[in-house]
Amino acid sequence: MIEFHLDARSGVAPYLQLIQQVRHALRLGMLKEGDRLPTVKDVVARVAINPNTVLKAYRELEYEGLVQPRPGLGTFVTRTLAGGDEAIAAHEPLRRELTDWLGRARAAGLDDEDVEALLISTFREFSEERAGRRG
Amino acid sequence: MTDAVTTTGLTKRYGRRTALSDCTLNIPAGHVVGLVGPNGAGKSTLLQLTCGLLAPTEGRIEVLGHTPHTGSPRLGFVAQDTPVYGNLTVADHLRFGAHLNPGWDKALAQRRIAELGLDPSQRAGKLSGGQRAQLALTLAIAKRPELLLLDEPVAALDPLARREFLQGLMSYAAENGTSVVMSSHLVADLERVCDYLIVLVASRVRVHGDVDELLGTHHRLTGPRRDPDTLGPGREVVQASHTDVQSTLVVRSTAPVDDPSWTSDRLDLEDIVLAYMAQAGTHGRDRVLEKR
Repeated sequence: MIEFHLDARSGVAPYLQLIQQVRHALRLGMLKEGDRLPTVKDVVARVAINPNTVLKAYRELEYEGLVQPRPGLGTFVTRTLAGGDEAIAAHEPLRRELTDWLGRARAAGLDDEDVEALLISTFREFSEERAGRRG
Repeated sequence: MTDAVTTTGLTKRYGRRTALSDCTLNIPAGHVVGLVGPNGAGKSTLLQLTCGLLAPTEGRIEVLGHTPHTGSPRLGFVAQDTPVYGNLTVADHLRFGAHLNPGWDKALAQRRIAELGLDPSQRAGKLSGGQRAQLALTLAIAKRPELLLLDEPVAALDPLARREFLQGLMSYAAENGTSVVMSSHLVADLERVCDYLIVLVASRVRVHGDVDELLGTHHRLTGPRRDPDTLGPGREVVQASHTDVQSTLVVRSTAPVDDPSWTSDRLDLEDIVLAYMAQAGTHGRDRVLEKR
């Protein structure tokens, strides 16, 4: 079971934050097929948000085919986003390489903002290049 | 689904002072509605008209399909500063509630008191602000109302007590599908708990609607100075400010603004509320620009 939280200053709509947190948990393998999401009542009692916000997030996730409500039982994960065991197994070595890289960036005098800007711009270039090759 | 509240030209005057003027609204049922506005805007007046404590000077109001009257079992009302009887104990309050309300849910009331850790023999006057608010909420929801009205329920509470109060309120609303209308200045709280918003400034409703729709249709445009009326049809300028070279507009527009000379930003709920409040304060002042 996962627990939701809200970042009031993020500027991201609350229902989108809930969706992102579920997708994130699916991607990291914290949620797997058959797992139950917290009930609407549990979420609102914990996070103090509007029940319709939770319903909207769950409907959206259902529409994406990630979860399925079962009346009287709750909402269950129907599909995982993690790319199978192989991809999950690759997480740890990749994370270590990234940690090493961050260490080298820090040693070279980059601060948090520099690192973030570099990561985002490289990521964007990389994605565009890939998309270009495919098209 | 019937509307929880429908008003037509609703007006309330106290002598020569107008507390609410020409308010036409319909609030669909099943929502948690936030009522915001500065002090003296008419929020309490609207809530008291809704629960039948006040009668309108002009216009009509229907609540759950009927003219509201006090003591209706279908309505729960928590007045400003969450009043309780200081000399009565928590248990006395529950007995009182059971006696006055035919639909009283004794089990719900006792469960809530136990969950909150309140001592039934404690005098209400000795409770903390947060506990008093929770007791008042318990009395209102144990009636099992279809519509719950709350006037500034969390204004006097510290952040933790506020969060706990909203958690209790939201879990009740989630379980029962109750419509809720609550007034507050704390837009950050309302942004979490409300899915419908009414902005009331200087006795008038400035804007009301579904929160997601309000967030999706309001934009902040910045660009070279120009007349806001050149924006074209379907775009309502909520707020405009100008420097020598730059114009900053808050607009309501259902179509995206695709003019490349404007930079368009999203607004959060607080920005939108503030824009409407500022509009009410400076109405007419920016008209000067038209004549240039």
